[in-house]
Amino acid sequence: MTAPTTRRAWLRGGLTAAAGLAVASCDKLTQSPQVNATLDGAEALNRRLHGLFVGRSALAREYDRSAISPDFRANGTTNPDSEEYQALAADGFADWRLQIGGLVERPFSLSLAELRAAPSRSQITRHDCVEGWSSIAQWRGARLGPLLDQAGLKPQARYIAFFCADTLELTLDGSGDYYETIAVADAFHPQTILAYEMNDAALPVAHGAPVRLRLERQLGYKMAKYVMRIEAIESFENLGRGRGGYWEDRGYQWYAGI
Amino acid sequence: MSLDKPLAGGRLLVFRHPAVVRITHWVNLASLVLLLLSGLQILCSHPAFYWGETARFAEPFAAIVSEIGNDGEPRGRLIAPGVNVDTTGLLGASKNADGLMTSRAIPHWLTLPGELDLGAGRRWHFFFAWLFVLNGALYLATGLLSRRLQRELVPSRDQLAHIGQAVRDHLRLRFARGEEARRYNVLQKLTYLPVVFGLLPLMVLTGLAMSPAVDARLHLAMVLGGRQTARTLHFLCASGLVAFVVVHVGMVILAGPVNELRSMITGWFVIKPAEEDTP
Repeated sequence: MTAPTTRRAWLRGGLTAAAGLAVASCDKLTQSPQVNATLDGAEALNRRLHGLFVGRSALAREYDRSAISPDFRANGTTNPDSEEYQALAADGFADWRLQIGGLVERPFSLSLAELRAAPSRSQITRHDCVEGWSSIAQWRGARLGPLLDQAGLKPQARYIAFFCADTLELTLDGSGDYYETIAVADAFHPQTILAYEMNDAALPVAHGAPVRLRLERQLGYKMAKYVMRIEAIESFENLGRGRGGYWEDRGYQWYAGI
Repeated sequence: MSLDKPLAGGRLLVFRHPAVVRITHWVNLASLVLLLLSGLQILCSHPAFYWGETARFAEPFAAIVSEIGNDGEPRGRLIAPGVNVDTTGLLGASKNADGLMTSRAIPHWLTLPGELDLGAGRRWHFFFAWLFVLNGALYLATGLLSRRLQRELVPSRDQLAHIGQAVRDHLRLRFARGEEARRYNVLQKLTYLPVVFGLLPLMVLTGLAMSPAVDARLHLAMVLGGRQTARTLHFLCASGLVAFVVVHVGMVILAGPVNELRSMITGWFVIKPAEEDTP
């Protein structure tokens, strides 16, 4: 009877030690930069495989009007409280001008009326939030590709950055201001639009008035609301905390196609 | 079989599991545990399930609700068809690492990482999803090509004919002896088959369906009945796997944990002699 008893004691001791080690090392493990860099390897793999397999031009599924959600949720900021934004909103964004610049040959700006006159697209698509829920809405907006063509991207331009009117976290250095960056190839996707209309009405303030980005095929946090300025850039290292977006700076993946 | 080694008392040491099965078994276990814990972390950010393409926020199919009680303390509730129970302490409200009652869907000791961190949860989930898929592909490819899976997992005609006896033997915890112990019994086969070819592939498909980029190419969400259906099925399949593991570990303990564990670590399994006079 001694063998099983020692075996059992050994097993019990081993399990207790392992559980203790697991709990103690778990925090160390999840906070280790090396571990996180390894885990990020999967993100790079996913981005490359999606680039190969999904391709540049595959369209996100579009729906019938009957599929439109009556309860589309508004996440993040639902009413930017800066004086500047509130003043713009007070007279229906008549004084709002979208700046398009950065690494372009011909920087320019346009009013909301001019944006509405630009080549547009209407689409009924599904919005997938990183949290797990989805809602469907109709969006109409100016196609981003032709606007960038009008500005003329310089050859070094690799990303398009969107600077927004909303501040999600108050910081001294402005790193709490919402911004996003996307790949140039995604900016030219036919469904990538600067939406000024949602469900046949002017885009509501809660959903990003006057203009939000629609980047179908990626998650909601990429689709910046309250867009004020667009810049073509070579690298996002010097923006915010250098990870390519407000939520990316706080741990979300830059590639949000998954 | 030439590999059999006779032991004392008429017992027989037989080679049961080849190395590729043993290695993929343990890699699968590790990746499933990490996928479950990181999956529960992801669930914390929206602990509600729906059917169809979109969320109908006011009428979820099932949800974990966090509330504040009359005493100002966080409380938790689980709502599902026919279920509306207070789950304070486990679901919806649980004690954090410092012993403080906090509003969160899943307790910290069941999520990876322990802190609420959706980005980190997703990072762990998508890394181990790759390990799980590559490991599963290795298991399926080697098993199917060697025809071992067909041989080991498909019930024979005589096994199916005697399924009633197998159920009675199981309920009385009478485990196979002698030659019969060389193969899986019919209930094992009828459990392993739908897990290997049903639940596990469905985990991958429902997971892929939730990716907006993959969905643009494959329309998997539509095929499965909508993205929220895919998400709900992903969770139900995970629950099915947890149930399978509970029964599986229970059976290992009942059938003889040392022998069963040895066979899955070294490949060698001890078969007891086929005698009817043992209690």
